[in-house]
Amino acid sequence: MSSAVTAANEHDHDHHGPAKGLKRWLYATNHKDIGTMYLVFSGLMFFTGGFMALIIRSELFTPGLQFVAPNFFNQMTTMHALIMVFGAVMPAFVGLANWMIPMMIGAPDMALPRMNNWSFWILPVAFSMLLATLFMPGGAPAGGWTMYPPLVLQTGDAFPFLIFSVHLMGLSSIMGAINVIVTIINMRTPDMTLLKMPMFVWTWLITAYLLIAVMPVLAGAVTMLLTDQFFGTSFFLAAGGGDPVMFQHIFWFFGHPEVYIMILPAFGVVSEIIPTFARKPLFGHDSMVYAASSIAFLSFIVWAHHMFTVGMPLTGQLFFMFATMLIAVPTGVKVFNWTATMWKGAMTFETPMLFSLAFLFLFTIGGFSGLMLAVVSSDIQYHDSYFVVAHFHYVLVPGSIFAIMAAVYYWLPKWTGHMYNEKLGQVHFWLSTIFVNVTFFPMHFLGLAGMPRRIPDYSTQFTDFNSIASIGAIGFGLSQLLFVYVVIQCVRKQGAKASSEVWEHPKGLEWTVPSPAPYHTFNDPPKVAAEVAFS
Amino acid sequence: MKTEIQGKNSSGRSLSWKLAIMAVGMFAFGFLVLPPLYDVFCEVTGLGGKTNSSAAEVEIEADESRQIRLEFVTTVNEYAPWEFRAKTDGITVNPGVLYDATFVAKNLAAKSKIAQAVPSVAPQQAARYFKKLECFCFTTQEFAPGEEKQMPVRFIVDSDLPDYIDTITLSYTFFDTERLSDNSSELSHNTHSTQ
Repeated sequence: MSSAVTAANEHDHDHHGPAKGLKRWLYATNHKDIGTMYLVFSGLMFFTGGFMALIIRSELFTPGLQFVAPNFFNQMTTMHALIMVFGAVMPAFVGLANWMIPMMIGAPDMALPRMNNWSFWILPVAFSMLLATLFMPGGAPAGGWTMYPPLVLQTGDAFPFLIFSVHLMGLSSIMGAINVIVTIINMRTPDMTLLKMPMFVWTWLITAYLLIAVMPVLAGAVTMLLTDQFFGTSFFLAAGGGDPVMFQHIFWFFGHPEVYIMILPAFGVVSEIIPTFARKPLFGHDSMVYAASSIAFLSFIVWAHHMFTVGMPLTGQLFFMFATMLIAVPTGVKVFNWTATMWKGAMTFETPMLFSLAFLFLFTIGGFSGLMLAVVSSDIQYHDSYFVVAHFHYVLVPGSIFAIMAAVYYWLPKWTGHMYNEKLGQVHFWLSTIFVNVTFFPMHFLGLAGMPRRIPDYSTQFTDFNSIASIGAIGFGLSQLLFVYVVIQCVRKQGAKASSEVWEHPKGLEWTVPSPAPYHTFNDPPKVAAEVAFS
Repeated sequence: MKTEIQGKNSSGRSLSWKLAIMAVGMFAFGFLVLPPLYDVFCEVTGLGGKTNSSAAEVEIEADESRQIRLEFVTTVNEYAPWEFRAKTDGITVNPGVLYDATFVAKNLAAKSKIAQAVPSVAPQQAARYFKKLECFCFTTQEFAPGEEKQMPVRFIVDSDLPDYIDTITLSYTFFDTERLSDNSSELSHNTHSTQ
């Protein structure tokens, strides 16, 4: 382990440090710089999308129309989803992958550094374009992030911009995914066999394959929307012999793997953090790999559970119902493995661990409501209700986003060389956890009572739970300012100096390099020492 | 050590190309393969209530023992200026016998219009057994301003229709094809005027 550190240091003089000023970022090819840019971008988008969520929740605080017109409300729900999915969650995980994967597998950088630069810099362009639609005649897209025709074809001048920004996001993700796969397959340090790879690397490898398989399908679907609108085709126009339901099939063929794209890296993060703070190796490392692979495979054959109400034969409904429920098995394997990792462990509860534990509990709640939605007979009732909103926010906010926050707290000392403020971190955790439940738990009841999603006004019997949810949302939003404060404090080196291990004997090659991690690491492939290995 | 990394880079390049080709292939799958595949799938299974879109060849083999209730539903898409209805709400038919039904449409606009009717059958399991020999939906229909037209459909319900089906609903939706050829400008115009 120490030999790896000195080897890395000896070779430092071979390289220049980072370029100065703007050029460092514009021409960045260093995986750490690009990772940082991804994370900062994701943070900006998180607050942009969050602000839109607060507009939605303010409008829904009481029944009746208060602040915004219904059409603008619909623009907010659509843009909030597009920005959070493609702008906040996905880039955050790509950022973590950029920072951590080369350091975890003992590689000097990502395999395709120039393409890495390109795949990042496409994103600000895509999102400037998407956000610019807010100021266009006809307003931003308002037909929902799922872009179902014929409704989405009624978008005003924003329509082609919506399509092209989705194309660009897809391009960026595909290039990022190619980079991740090539890095993992070709640049592992020689004695790191596939099954010795850390879980975060494994889950990202699987995620990257999912991205390559489904992002092009989304690009195909939105291209068909574009040609239907402007070039006289009738893919989805019934009058010309097309079928709007076909869009839903193609969209969800992308859409369901997409939800695992947003959660598998989160599984990876949690699988890194829980062993560190339980001071035990991850229980069932290999079974975790097989579980993640099974989830990825199953994600391709369950898409129609998003569209049980379009009308399909009973055999179809039953197939998609049982296939969906089958996913609970590998997911259960993961949840029980995390629990078993903690069993009789010497646990401590630093902020990353707290976020991971909350992830474990709250993601499981989201998983269970997902199982309820999988039951065809009851899904007809839940479909497009607030129950669905509650379900996917439970798996995305205390699921994906809590995992991202846990990852930031866990690796921030490695990135900056300084500890974050533990007390403030824990305050941030408790505020987030309380408010996230205040926000989203009442939505289950609203949905079961029949409140539809994507409406700016509602029947008065839904008032109480909506008010509670709105208060929670504002609390959750404000709590995240504390997160920014803690991160900035740490980046400005206001905490104690971090050792290279940071935590108590964590496993993994990233802890063998000094903190902050030097600009160039592992110019020579390190040895995977026994105490660092995973299995 | 440097040479080893070089060697790995060349295999990295071929892997990158393979992955890029995979991405392009998935785009082609979504854009070029799935739509025709979906059409074939719907035609074979009747998914979505799709029925034949050109004249079908049928065997006439009357099954007097069985009676099926056939109901007609008419819809005008969006706010197109049409009046569109069936002459009767429905009829009772025997499988394997030819029937004629008449639909009536009137162009309420002050200019001539071209319409396309799109049929759909429910339950969708019945779609394969509902066969049209002649239908106003096989082609577009042209209307002079204010013109009213009687439009026939000649059909047969196949005697292989599953036993558990005793009612079939035949639905027609009337579309204005102007929106097809020129939908971009008209749709965005509509969006503007509603805001």
